[in-house]
Amino acid sequence: MQLGGTGGASPFFIHMTLNIAQDHFSLFGLPSAYVLDAVALERSYREIQARIHPDRFVNSGAAEKRASMQWTTRVNEAYRTLKDPVLRAKYLLERAGLDVGFETNTAMPPAFLMRQLELRESLEDAKDAASLDALSTQLARDRHRLETLLAAKIDAEKDLPGAVGLLRELQFLSRFGEEVGGAYQALDE
Amino acid sequence: MAYSDKVIDHYENPRNVGSFEKGDDSVGTGMVGAPACGDVMKLQIKVAKDGTIEDARFKTYGCGSAIASSSLVTEWVKGKTLDEAIGIKNTQIAAELALPPVKIHCSILAEDAIKAAVADYKQKHANELPGAPEKQVAHG
Repeated sequence: MQLGGTGGASPFFIHMTLNIAQDHFSLFGLPSAYVLDAVALERSYREIQARIHPDRFVNSGAAEKRASMQWTTRVNEAYRTLKDPVLRAKYLLERAGLDVGFETNTAMPPAFLMRQLELRESLEDAKDAASLDALSTQLARDRHRLETLLAAKIDAEKDLPGAVGLLRELQFLSRFGEEVGGAYQALDE
Repeated sequence: MAYSDKVIDHYENPRNVGSFEKGDDSVGTGMVGAPACGDVMKLQIKVAKDGTIEDARFKTYGCGSAIASSSLVTEWVKGKTLDEAIGIKNTQIAAELALPPVKIHCSILAEDAIKAAVADYKQKHANELPGAPEKQVAHG
C-alpha cells in the first residue's frame, strides 16, 4: 500500500495502515514481548518516520500538517519506550494494570540495597578511569542479569506480577548508571 | 531548583552520619531505596533500656533533599519511643524542609527508613516484648 506518495501526502493515507490508538508493539509490527528485535524496531521506525515526517507535508494543508505532527510525536514516544529496557518492561507491566511504584514504594530487598550502598561507596572512592571501568563492568553484568530474568518472567513464565521487583531493581541500576556516567565526566573536567 | 536554607544546612552539615554495629542488640537498622531516583538510605536507631531512642545514625546516597530528610529525622527520633518514632509523617518532614512537590519522595524515603529501623529492632526483640502482639498506637 502506498502511503503519502510523492504527489501530495494525505493523512488519509497515513490512517489507512496506521492506527494512532494501536499499542506500541503493533504500531511497529512487533510481537508484544520483553525480548525485542532491535533491528526490526529500528527498521520499522525509520520506515514509518519517513512516511509521516513533517518535512513531507510542507506543502500540504493544515489538517495534514497536524496529523503529521501528531503521528511524529506518537511514533517517537513509542520508539523511545520500546528501545529502553526499563521503559519497555514498565509499559508491559502497567498495561497489565500493575503498579511499579518507582516513586512511592521504597521497600527493596535488603541484600539488593546493601549491594547498592557498596556500589555507591566504590563510586565515591573511584578516582580514576580504571576504577570507574571496573564499576561499569559490574553494573553492566548486574543489568544484563536482571534483563535476562525479566525476559524469563514476562515472556516465558507470563508472570507479570513476579517481574515487578526485577524491574524496580533494573530501574535502580539505570539511575546508578547515570551517576557513573557523571563521574566519568567529572574526571574529564 | 532552589533548595531551602534548611535543606542546605542539613546537606552541608549533616547530623548523625555514620553507622552503629549492626550486630548490637540495641540497634535497629532500616534500609530503603527509591527506584525513581536511585537513592539509598540506611538509618539506624539505638534504643535505651527504657525503650526510648537514645541515638540515631544514617548513611544516604542521594540528592540534597534525601540527605537533609534523613539528617532531620535522625534528630527528631532522639528521645522518642518507638511508637512515637513511627508516627513521624513524611508531610512533617517535607513541611519542615520546605521540599517542593518533586522532592516529596525524599521525605517518604526518610519516613519509611524510620519505620523499617523500628521494625528491625522489634523483630530482634520479638520474644522479649511483653504482651506481644503490639497494639496499635494512634499517631499524634
